[in-house]
Amino acid sequence: MADQALRKAPLAGRHGGSAGARVTPAGPATRLSLRAGTDALGALSAAFGLTLPTRPKTSASANGRHALWLGPDEWLLIDENGADLMAAAASSGVLHSATDVSHRNTAVLVSGPQAAGAIASACPLDLGNAIFPVGAAARTVLGKIEIVLLRTGEDDYRVECWRSFSPYTFGLLAEGAEDVGL
Amino acid sequence: MLLIYCPYCEEERSELEFRHGGDAHIARPTNMADITDEEFQEFFFLRDNPKGLIFERWRHIHGCGRFFNAARDTVSDKFVMSYKAGEPKPDLSGNAPATEKTVETYEATEGTAK
Ligand SMILES: [Zn+2]
Repeated sequence: MADQALRKAPLAGRHGGSAGARVTPAGPATRLSLRAGTDALGALSAAFGLTLPTRPKTSASANGRHALWLGPDEWLLIDENGADLMAAAASSGVLHSATDVSHRNTAVLVSGPQAAGAIASACPLDLGNAIFPVGAAARTVLGKIEIVLLRTGEDDYRVECWRSFSPYTFGLLAEGAEDVGL
Repeated sequence: MLLIYCPYCEEERSELEFRHGGDAHIARPTNMADITDEEFQEFFFLRDNPKGLIFERWRHIHGCGRFFNAARDTVSDKFVMSYKAGEPKPDLSGNAPATEKTVETYEATEGTAK
């Protein structure tokens, strides 16, 4: 009998997509659901090491850490290096609400010249370059579920979804990627 | 697809991201314990259900999460405008109300086509 529990990634071993858009599971990351008032943003930004964005559909990124604007007082923080975001938030010393959602979410990466098309197969958001440039982020829907979409590069997107919905997310994106690759 | 302008996201987004929240500008009585059953009924249950312009609460639930208010025409389903929660009810009396003539039905547009 194993004397240690093994953590299993929800999308481990999956791969899909087409020449136009690759679909791969993202690696583990720590995540924070953050709510805070305007007066706390300076101290929180200093604690996280990046400026929390205050404009709709924007994000800030530094060294594998991302802060995504979700609403007027709501952010999703993601750290791809697994840093302790809860400790960083606590060190700010200002009033805020932070919930560790590292394992509530997982993410699917969609990359390639037709990545936007693959996502648009099930997402109503306008992904045009002018309105959704690199760094843009938004909570929206993909098929029947809610996602948070972040454009990480010219041809690269990160699709954050809830863990139990991840097979649906992956399947839908893989299907979309195959369709745009035809 | 119907596009709805969210005053917090400052752009039009798909109706799939929104949820309807009932009539707007319904003031909750401050003397709730003192009002009569009839007054409570009026506040809690009775709505006008107008044909034409209506002011409603909407929530951008799969976007920024915010409640806001919108003026919508119940005949044409057109969103006349939307504004942040807490802002006063706008005066839209100058807006021509939609009539049944503006609704394009199959009979009206194709029914008599030869
Ligand atoms: Zn919004």
